[in-house]
Amino acid sequence: MAQTRASKTATPAGSTGDFPPFNQRHLLSIADLKQHEIIDLLDRAERMVPVSRQERKTLPTLAGKTQINLFFEPSTRTQGSFEIAGKRLGAPVMNMSVKTSSVSKGETLIDTATTLNAMRPDVIVVRHSAAGAVELLSQKVGCAVINAGDGAHEHPTRALLDALTIRNHKGRISGLTVAICGDIANSRVVRSNLLLLGALNVRTRVIAPRNLLPAGIEHLATEVFTDMREGLKDVDVVMMLRLQHERANGRMIPSVREYYRFYGLDAEKLSFAKPDCIVMHPGPMNRGVEIDPAIADGPASVVTEQVEMGVAVRMAVLDALLPARNEI
Amino acid sequence: MSRPLLIENARIVDPASGTDQQGAVLVENGVISDIAFGGPVGVPEDAEVFNAKGHVLSPGLIDMRVFTGEPGKEYRETPASAGEAAAAGGVTSFVMMPDTTPVVDDSALIDFLIRRAKATSKVNVLPAAAITKGLDGQEMTEFGLLKEAGAVCITDGRRSIQSTSLLRTVMSYAANYGLTVVHHVSDKGLTGDGVMNEGLFATILGLKGIPREAETIPLARDLQLAALTGTKYHAAQISCAASVDLVAAAKKRNTSVTAGISINNPALNENDIGRYRTFFKLSTPLRSEDDRRAVIEGLRNGTIDTLHSDHDPQDSEVKRQPFAEASDGAIGLETLLAAALRLVHSGDVDLLTVLRAMTSRPADILGLPSGRIAEAHRPTSSRSISIILGRSPSAKSVHARTIPPLKARDLLARCCAQSWAGKPSTPMSRRADP
Repeated sequence: MAQTRASKTATPAGSTGDFPPFNQRHLLSIADLKQHEIIDLLDRAERMVPVSRQERKTLPTLAGKTQINLFFEPSTRTQGSFEIAGKRLGAPVMNMSVKTSSVSKGETLIDTATTLNAMRPDVIVVRHSAAGAVELLSQKVGCAVINAGDGAHEHPTRALLDALTIRNHKGRISGLTVAICGDIANSRVVRSNLLLLGALNVRTRVIAPRNLLPAGIEHLATEVFTDMREGLKDVDVVMMLRLQHERANGRMIPSVREYYRFYGLDAEKLSFAKPDCIVMHPGPMNRGVEIDPAIADGPASVVTEQVEMGVAVRMAVLDALLPARNEI
Repeated sequence: MSRPLLIENARIVDPASGTDQQGAVLVENGVISDIAFGGPVGVPEDAEVFNAKGHVLSPGLIDMRVFTGEPGKEYRETPASAGEAAAAGGVTSFVMMPDTTPVVDDSALIDFLIRRAKATSKVNVLPAAAITKGLDGQEMTEFGLLKEAGAVCITDGRRSIQSTSLLRTVMSYAANYGLTVVHHVSDKGLTGDGVMNEGLFATILGLKGIPREAETIPLARDLQLAALTGTKYHAAQISCAASVDLVAAAKKRNTSVTAGISINNPALNENDIGRYRTFFKLSTPLRSEDDRRAVIEGLRNGTIDTLHSDHDPQDSEVKRQPFAEASDGAIGLETLLAAALRLVHSGDVDLLTVLRAMTSRPADILGLPSGRIAEAHRPTSSRSISIILGRSPSAKSVHARTIPPLKARDLLARCCAQSWAGKPSTPMSRRADP
């Protein structure tokens, strides 16, 4: 496992001047990243963690630059995390929440992109309900674009923060076994995580009832399970996914109680995992639906740390995409 | 009255008669008056002579599935603009789908379209009538009156009727009038919100998939109902290997069923979507490479009868959208022949077979006299002749309005039918067949 610039202790918090330039214009998907770029971003993020823990939490990195958070789909957590990340790096952040539906077509996505581009932002963070929408928008603007989730496609900063959390706890990523459990078919987190973990030589498992497994998933994950106990056997990490309540209406899943019985994470099922297994969840958690409250808030849970790492990862991505160039 | 036209030294390919040999054709007053293989033709003195050496002379193509926007969405396409594209692509007749605004579910609209097309379009526009009023899949239209007015077949276009009992009634009643039922097979529930072929690639892109069963299940139902009712049934557009098998099996028992494919399915596969290229978002989605091979084989062995463009112009406003939100459809009239000839150049299907699927087979299914040139089938209008040349087109010369999935520059062959496709104002076009 390639380690880690961040272990050099002499560098001040948040300084990334010793990293090689990050050669991507946007962060649209994990699929676009090479292994060394993933590790580079994780190392940069590790450098950002202490910034948020010190009293003065602001760096001048993005001073004078403009960040727009363009959310076509509400997401309090992700939007807040990106906003804090931008502000800690000194950028003014504008939040735009666009209520949209494919039915009521007023302004098209491209119109929106062109309009925003004319305001000359330096980075746009985009969340959209349609897969590929963020990439389409990125083709129409002159600044960096960060994908904060596009449909069921990708959510790259989510995968990065999960990886950083795992590395903090396990000291490594490569060689671990990670199980992802829940609504695999409709999750954007799964695709990004499988790609990222795959690139770092992790054995990945997905666990779900058969009707929540998308076609071809066996080519993306190392192993596929429909039995949660089997799937959790000897894993180092279990990532739970949020079950959308509306799916448990009898058309996808018969009921919450049946789902919880077979796919909810409780102490008994978790006992099949390694003793030091950590439990992750992208939040917000449905306690009693996909996870037992005792596990959600228990010692194995690293959920709040994931939130903290989220800010660090987003700071690192902003810093990598918008390096302090020679100012005029 | 135009001058007589002699086309000499052509390779005359006429699938209806199985002809493929050198010869000459004389066109007088808009109809073929003489054909000669080898020997000389009696040529009137004032005849215009076209030396077609190195070129193929084929019956004009009949495209079974073209969407325009007249009436209602003229900015997309009109019979006139589609006629330009068709003529440039060697298509001399096309079946116009009924999903206009208003829907072509009334005989007065058939009458309007026939007049309008004759006045404005370079090629023969064959109106198809809706099966159900407003295409809403509930109430039957007046098949008899629609046929009398000139509808060549009945179809709900890109809509698929979900009610099995209604379909049974439709097929029985259509058999009354000898109307061919052209039906798009798509199960609404299984298609759901799907936007592309279901499989690994859709999963990677995070897009909802359309399983093949959304096509095969209603197709199996339709084929059984066709046998039950004895109607002439044409599966409008199939895309997967299992569908080809179903049609092959049904044809063994029932000779009145036929099937068509869009040129997109033998020419492209799901991987062409790449990173969300919405120009490849089609209704009847692009399937896997195995399915592509299977439809080509079906075309080769005759299980698949017809090959059409599925010409469906969309403006860039509705195409330049995130993939799931973009409209289905792409243009194809002008590139149909050239793309079809790729199947010949690749050695997959021979020229006679490919041309048959675009000439005499559609004519048989629709009961048209056109789609053939050989002696036994005369008279035929010169408006139904295509000359295929071997030169490559430039993208600039593509007539239609949006970017086609098959870019002109990718295509080897080119046709120049417009010289003989007539002009709207000439007497020749008014005598158009059928």
